[in-house]
Amino acid sequence: MRIALVGNPNTGKSSIFNLLTGLRQNVGNFPGVTVDKKVGKLKVLGQMYELIDLPGTYSIYPRSRDEQVVYDSLSNLDSSEYPDAVMVVVDASNLERNLLLFSQVYDLGFPTMMVLNMTDIADRQGKKHNIEQLQFMYPEAIIVEANARAGLGKERIKNGLSNLISRTTTSRKLLSVDDFSNQEAETLERFEEIRQGLEKVVSKEERSEVKNKWDKILVHPFFGYVIFGFVLVVIFQFIYAFASIPMDLIDGAFAMWSNWMSNAMPPGVFTDLITQGIIPGVGGIVIFIPQIALLFFFITILEETGYLSRVVFIMDRLMRPFGLNGKSVVPLMSSVACAIPGVMSARTISDWKERLITIMVAPLMSCSARIPVFTLLIAIVIPEETVFGFMNLQGLVLFALYLLGAVFALLVAILLKAIIKTKKQGFLLLEMPEYKAPRWKNVGLTVFEKVRVFVWDAGKIILAISIVLWALASYGPGTRIETSINNAKQEAVEMQLSKDETDQLVASTRLENSYIGIMGKTIEPVIKPIGFDWKIGVALITSFAAREVFVGSMATIYAVADDGTTSSSLIDKMRQEKHPDGTAVYSLAAGASLMVFYVFAMMCMATLAVVKRETKSWKWPLIQLGYMGVLAYLGAWITFNLLS
Amino acid sequence: MTKTLSDITNGSKVTVSEISQSKLRVKLMEMGVIKGRILTVLYRAPFGDPMAIDIDGYVLSLRKDEACLVDVELMTEL
Repeated sequence: MRIALVGNPNTGKSSIFNLLTGLRQNVGNFPGVTVDKKVGKLKVLGQMYELIDLPGTYSIYPRSRDEQVVYDSLSNLDSSEYPDAVMVVVDASNLERNLLLFSQVYDLGFPTMMVLNMTDIADRQGKKHNIEQLQFMYPEAIIVEANARAGLGKERIKNGLSNLISRTTTSRKLLSVDDFSNQEAETLERFEEIRQGLEKVVSKEERSEVKNKWDKILVHPFFGYVIFGFVLVVIFQFIYAFASIPMDLIDGAFAMWSNWMSNAMPPGVFTDLITQGIIPGVGGIVIFIPQIALLFFFITILEETGYLSRVVFIMDRLMRPFGLNGKSVVPLMSSVACAIPGVMSARTISDWKERLITIMVAPLMSCSARIPVFTLLIAIVIPEETVFGFMNLQGLVLFALYLLGAVFALLVAILLKAIIKTKKQGFLLLEMPEYKAPRWKNVGLTVFEKVRVFVWDAGKIILAISIVLWALASYGPGTRIETSINNAKQEAVEMQLSKDETDQLVASTRLENSYIGIMGKTIEPVIKPIGFDWKIGVALITSFAAREVFVGSMATIYAVADDGTTSSSLIDKMRQEKHPDGTAVYSLAAGASLMVFYVFAMMCMATLAVVKRETKSWKWPLIQLGYMGVLAYLGAWITFNLLS
Repeated sequence: MTKTLSDITNGSKVTVSEISQSKLRVKLMEMGVIKGRILTVLYRAPFGDPMAIDIDGYVLSLRKDEACLVDVELMTEL
């Protein structure tokens, strides 16, 4: 039996869902939209119930894409979500507004259950409810009380499910989505009926309670921003700095695993595929888990406590000129650590256009994966000088690169605001819920779901591209690689190189003669105008999957040991690198051009995979790849020509 | 001259007299902004926009553009 779970936002609907289904739930998408579709199972008296959590809405008539899902699921007999019965979660502390949706759903004629939730808050407000009178208003509904935050009401709801009443009467017909004038008339009628009915249901004793007393500080014109700034710094610190501890462990573990496998298995193509293609590919997925988990841990707390809507409240005016929303701030700030959790967290933005713009510009914020690239290039081309008496020039350049990304994120947002057309007018009309302590079970479940979704949905794409790139870097046409490696080995013997040096030379030769090496040489005419040679071209292609690969690829190409960005042998080698005409390859112009290129270019397949998942089509990630590529090329070209 | 919700100073109580014709009219009604309802203006975000109002015990935030659609009559001023 399929039960649709509906209710206003902030009624504790998801707590009820978690209370009833626990871990027996899975998250998918409603067809055609990026709205999480949570489906859970529960068993009552031998009967299986499938519970579908529909998006929160104030009315059956949709005002956003998310809310359209509710209308479609409940009105379209052919929809795969069309339920056998409906459970409506109602906030007992705010019955009048909540009963609008309930009465609309009740009139659809499904067997209906009302879960009167948050009875504790109603108590605190001095509101008492006469359930018999409420029953009188909706005679065929099963009405149960619950307090999901305290875990109360599960048995009552289960009992209610097995007592659902099939309906005999339906009074009103569902109107069409755009029939505004009749919707208005109907809404007024319903509110009038509800008001009359509630006179007998609710009795309120006056209590002088200061509501939302925290608001005085949290939306204060000065302290509001200071506190939000502090919250961002804490979140940023966790994602940026503390996440690196588990990330390094994961990195090391996968390297060890790959090493161990290559020793344990007989040499051959299959072993190479496992140790150089699949294991690093899986590692490249798993490495993002700490950042995603940490970010969603914080975002869920912000949402659960009710603080997020205050953030929207104080940031909305500032972000609006850019076509963004107050809620865009958290995704954009997170993207400074990593664009993946940033893009995923844009789901909190309910307006589709504002969500899309946020997703499209988030990867322009300089993420932590760009740092190794920047530090290497800065070490090569920017002298270690002090400017203005106290500023370190290298640090200043790094800051300028971050600023460049952020400024262009806002500029592109303005552009997209003008380009993307929507029929629906953007609006705020946001409920500011009461402050509550977070429910750790909800936080845990959300973190778990986000990580799982990333690993399964984006992971497939990341793994596939990793394997393709591995194959392209390991194989070349015909016997080209073997011949050149044999030559290189002879050369190594003649030059009396050590074993390590020989291995480095072989690796370099292999890459140069692989398909990627050939591709690097093929694109040289295209990248010459921005100051790059074919070796940089090879590193661009290998690091298409992930920016930080650039450093490792450079080490391989120049046949030096890869021991991170501090590697002075790599820096020396790159500094000495000359064009055939004797000029330095890594001149100030070329180095700066390369840095600007990395500020703009969409060199992260994991982000592309996540954008594909979040926008439900390849259209937006491809547009993103394209526009960021154009920005990167033009930016690099301008930089190169200005400086040379 | 009729006042709209966006003109009302923080702390004042008003009665809704009319909601202007617009696509948001139904949405406002669904959120509880209906004719005859008593609203209290609570506070505003920096730059005066958006604003937060109390509707029968719950807090709604809305932008200036949206508040302009709601005609109100002043009850008490602070």
